[in-house]
Amino acid sequence: MSEMKFSEEHEWISLDGDIATIGITDYAQEQLGDVVYVELPQVGKQVKSGDDMAVVESVKAASEVYAPVSGEVTAVNEALSDAPDAVNSDALGAGWFVKIRLSDPSELDKLMDQAAYAAFIAGLG
Amino acid sequence: MTDTSPEKLQRTALFDLHVEMGARMVPFAGYEMPVQFPGGIIAEHLHTRSRASLFDIGHMGQVTLAGGDVAEAVETVVPGDIQGLAPGAMRYTMLTSETGGILDDVIVTRADDRLTMVVNGARKAADLDYLRDRLAGRLEITHLKDRALLALQGPRAVDVLARFAPACRDMKFMTAQAMSIEGAECMVARAGYTGEDGFEISAANDAAPGLARLLLGEEDVMAAGLGARDTLRLEAGLCLYGHDIDTATTPVEARLGWTISKRRRHEGGFPGADIIRAQLAEGPKRKRVGIKPSGRAPAREGTEITDAEGRTIGEITSGGFGPTVGGPVAMGYVESGQAKPGTGVRLMVRGQARAGEVAALPFVPPRYHRG
Repeated sequence: MSEMKFSEEHEWISLDGDIATIGITDYAQEQLGDVVYVELPQVGKQVKSGDDMAVVESVKAASEVYAPVSGEVTAVNEALSDAPDAVNSDALGAGWFVKIRLSDPSELDKLMDQAAYAAFIAGLG
Repeated sequence: MTDTSPEKLQRTALFDLHVEMGARMVPFAGYEMPVQFPGGIIAEHLHTRSRASLFDIGHMGQVTLAGGDVAEAVETVVPGDIQGLAPGAMRYTMLTSETGGILDDVIVTRADDRLTMVVNGARKAADLDYLRDRLAGRLEITHLKDRALLALQGPRAVDVLARFAPACRDMKFMTAQAMSIEGAECMVARAGYTGEDGFEISAANDAAPGLARLLLGEEDVMAAGLGARDTLRLEAGLCLYGHDIDTATTPVEARLGWTISKRRRHEGGFPGADIIRAQLAEGPKRKRVGIKPSGRAPAREGTEITDAEGRTIGEITSGGFGPTVGGPVAMGYVESGQAKPGTGVRLMVRGQARAGEVAALPFVPPRYHRG
């Protein structure tokens, strides 16, 4: 696994070969509060960077999760259907959402590294 | 639940305490209010059902109405039986419009020679205008801006409060009594918005932070915010004004006909009486019902409800996750012919039809202290 990358929409991406594992960040889960439902795409779906990819629902509201990269969905985290709270307890691990086979690895260059993301969320107040 | 009005937000007497406790503050009804504390909504909800939680409801309006024929006068704006209220008794009723719509849902308490009315925060300016317009000359109407309102809710609420105000133990649900709590003169009501036993405590703004700290200092009590208040009332089947009831909804459609006594049904004399009485006699075309989505996906406010053939029969007005139920819960309006519990429905969530059924309300049985 490579170093994690982060999007301004508060997703994390961890790369293994050309497969990106994607979830939402600790900051995002903290902002959402208790997660009670996650709607994931079909395996095999083609997504483009910026498309709606998943929906995460907290007690309060439903929020779209946008694809931070383009490619084909190769796996989804089925465990979240019974245990959506893993998004709160382990956002960067067991709370992953999808795996995507990258169609355009250059998109990763637009994402932030850990330090840049930390500075980004600090700037959000 | 948020209000994005650009007006400057007001603060309740407990604002500093909320911030100190790490609350997430959101705009609500013109106030900066805590939506949750660091424990989170589910923890606060479950704690309220098992022990006790303290809520700041100081955004709500507290009004006194005084005058010679106060109960008769108030009956000209609400369909509830106010003349029949014994001293210290409380009544849930509504301000109705000439078309039978609900302008607000309110609690009226008989306090000796006067009545007090607690109204929704988002409606208090409109309510005061309406009351003054309708009752000016007959009643003296005072908005108690200098009073805070706290709710201590949950099965341990009575044990906690009785340590400081032993008389609260003998109170029955929907009664109010003046008492002193650690030197603060309070009006204590055995009532709430969670489906649990509990109290609402009105106290002067300057006494409220000390009172809140006193109660939060008890081991059984945790602070809870508007998020948990919403999930608790939804499981308890209680209406949220502006969502489940509004000016386009009558008390009969909202299944609040039980709040209109036999005498008031017979005599009328409240705004919209003709329409409301006709609906009571003939039945409304649509009714408020519980809706239980079958899967785990919440069906939220605005979700279209259809029958098995896909014909629209209604709409969700409140929906989310019920922590005590352990799954999604909702309420909404459906055609009266489809309102029987167990009726299968479809819920259009993000363009996809999901199964659900009409469910009896409340989702969680109430545990009020009826004495």
